[in-house]
Amino acid sequence: MAGKKKKEFEELRIGVFICDCGSNIAGHLDCKAVTEYAATLPGVVFAKENLYTCSEAGILEIQEAIKKHKLNRVVVASCSPRTHQPLFQNSCKSAGLNPYLFEMVNIRDQCSWVHMQDRENATRKAMDLVRMAVARAAFLEPQQDIESPLTPRVGVIGGGSAGLSAAEGLSRMGLEVVLVEKNKELGGLLRNLHKVAPEGVDASERLEGLIQDVSSRPNVKIFTGAELKSLDGYVGNYVMNIRDGEGQTVKESVGCLVIAIGAIPLVQKGLFGHDGKRVITQMELEPILKKGKFDAKRVVMIQCAGARGDERSYCSRICCMIAVKNAMFIKKLSPDTEIRILYRDMQMYGTEKEKMLWEARGEGIRFEVYDPAHPPEVGDKAVRLRQPLLGREIEFAYDLVVLSTPLVAREDASELSQLLRVPMDQNGFFLEAHAKLRPLDFAADGIFLAGSCRYPATYDEARSQGLGAAARVGTILFKDKLVTSAIVAEINPETCVGCMGCLQMCPYGAISYDQERKICQVNEILCKGCGCCAATCPSESASLRGFKPQQLMSQIRAVMEG
Amino acid sequence: MAKEFNPKIIAFACNWCAYSAADLAGVSRLQYPPNIRIVRVMCSGRVNPGFILKAFELGADGVLVAG
Repeated sequence: MAGKKKKEFEELRIGVFICDCGSNIAGHLDCKAVTEYAATLPGVVFAKENLYTCSEAGILEIQEAIKKHKLNRVVVASCSPRTHQPLFQNSCKSAGLNPYLFEMVNIRDQCSWVHMQDRENATRKAMDLVRMAVARAAFLEPQQDIESPLTPRVGVIGGGSAGLSAAEGLSRMGLEVVLVEKNKELGGLLRNLHKVAPEGVDASERLEGLIQDVSSRPNVKIFTGAELKSLDGYVGNYVMNIRDGEGQTVKESVGCLVIAIGAIPLVQKGLFGHDGKRVITQMELEPILKKGKFDAKRVVMIQCAGARGDERSYCSRICCMIAVKNAMFIKKLSPDTEIRILYRDMQMYGTEKEKMLWEARGEGIRFEVYDPAHPPEVGDKAVRLRQPLLGREIEFAYDLVVLSTPLVAREDASELSQLLRVPMDQNGFFLEAHAKLRPLDFAADGIFLAGSCRYPATYDEARSQGLGAAARVGTILFKDKLVTSAIVAEINPETCVGCMGCLQMCPYGAISYDQERKICQVNEILCKGCGCCAATCPSESASLRGFKPQQLMSQIRAVMEG
Repeated sequence: MAKEFNPKIIAFACNWCAYSAADLAGVSRLQYPPNIRIVRVMCSGRVNPGFILKAFELGADGVLVAG
């Protein structure tokens, strides 16, 4: 309370800094006039025009002014707070001013650059914007960043190539790992594979090396035949409830999670006459090759079987490479075997796979294009194909038809998606936070993804994604504590009547109802600071720090004062 | 000749989309009339009807909620 009282009597001492941004702002509006105007605003004790406020000299001027003029609010009128607010806030902080007493207004992107031919009105608008910022600054309150402890352990869900690689990377970085695999054995799809393209290394050699490495590490705890049943907590402090191999529930505390549950190769009985004997899938061919039981002399492979159609519109992306890899191995095994690959488009991306395709052609593997409107027909003895270029039908007798079917999302992925509250796409694959900027992150803080549960991935891709996700985890867990912005919601327990209106509005599940006190309360780590609760609360008990009614109202009033 | 109508428009812009769109308009040097005054909010969900009504009451000619 002492702090609050002091604040009430504190005299406002606002410093305003107007940035020329070279000629970016000063070239299109009168910065000198705006600075002179700012000096006349209530509470402003210092106003200064800078050539570049964000330069070392500009920052120094702010810091010196804070000390010399005892500023208790700083306003910078320059570019976007989205890019420069952190810099200025840190400068204020190091000069001893609480960074939440800083306010920024954009007179470049939202003024000088968009009203280039109207100097007079641009100048007037800049004055209005500065007046709004100064009015708001008067109502700002000091805040403390929210700090919470971090558990330096990581949960990895899925023990295939991606999950094992993530576990290896994390363990090597010195973080404890809890690896949860649903099957009795580690290894995922790699366990079925014969060779790994493009180098043609034995899959089992790769896999055994990886499993041995991970399971021999003292800081990796492995649960097989186990499942993640529920997840409590938030970034830095999650608690996984695992059902272990014996059916017991085990609690494990972790700071972050990596989701790498993989995908499943489609096996659809009847698809192109699939019977599991003479018409099989690539994934069924792999163990035959592995056991050395392959003896067909005439092989026809059909690409995009069950993919890129009405039911599944996506391209599984790795099946072309798998077909070429297996065809080349068969050629090596018995060079007189006839192999035809019937395709729509060959997806052999990257230099190594492109090279594989050329080598395959050189080895006599035949590639025949087909039109999806006239797909190949698999008969008892022969595959009938309509050649789109010549428009004629031809037949290839076969001993074995191999279908290149797509990887499809696991059925239990949707369960996990609800449990973690992370999104999936229309095909049941998980969706990352941003395809280009955050490809290994979920939008939910502290949860990452790798491998085929995002999109069909080769072994190499799953491995690099697993290692990448491990590095992403490091960016969170290698800090001493979790520091998050104080701009989150708060609920006044004195006035809250527990109507739970806010609870239903919160998109992040950050509000809970306290049965004992019969009021709602905010989890500050889960809160993302949207303020939906504040807009809903009928008694204004819920408020968003930095965006309280009087802080917004002061800006609205300031617009109209001009 | 009638006096030119110069409306005052208040825009409540979401920090993550509409506000950054206004930044993008600037970076792209898109030119538009200087009648708009942006109030940054962290989400358009923060804007309750009270703010909009207050803006009109104080004399705004238009209110834009963008998010």
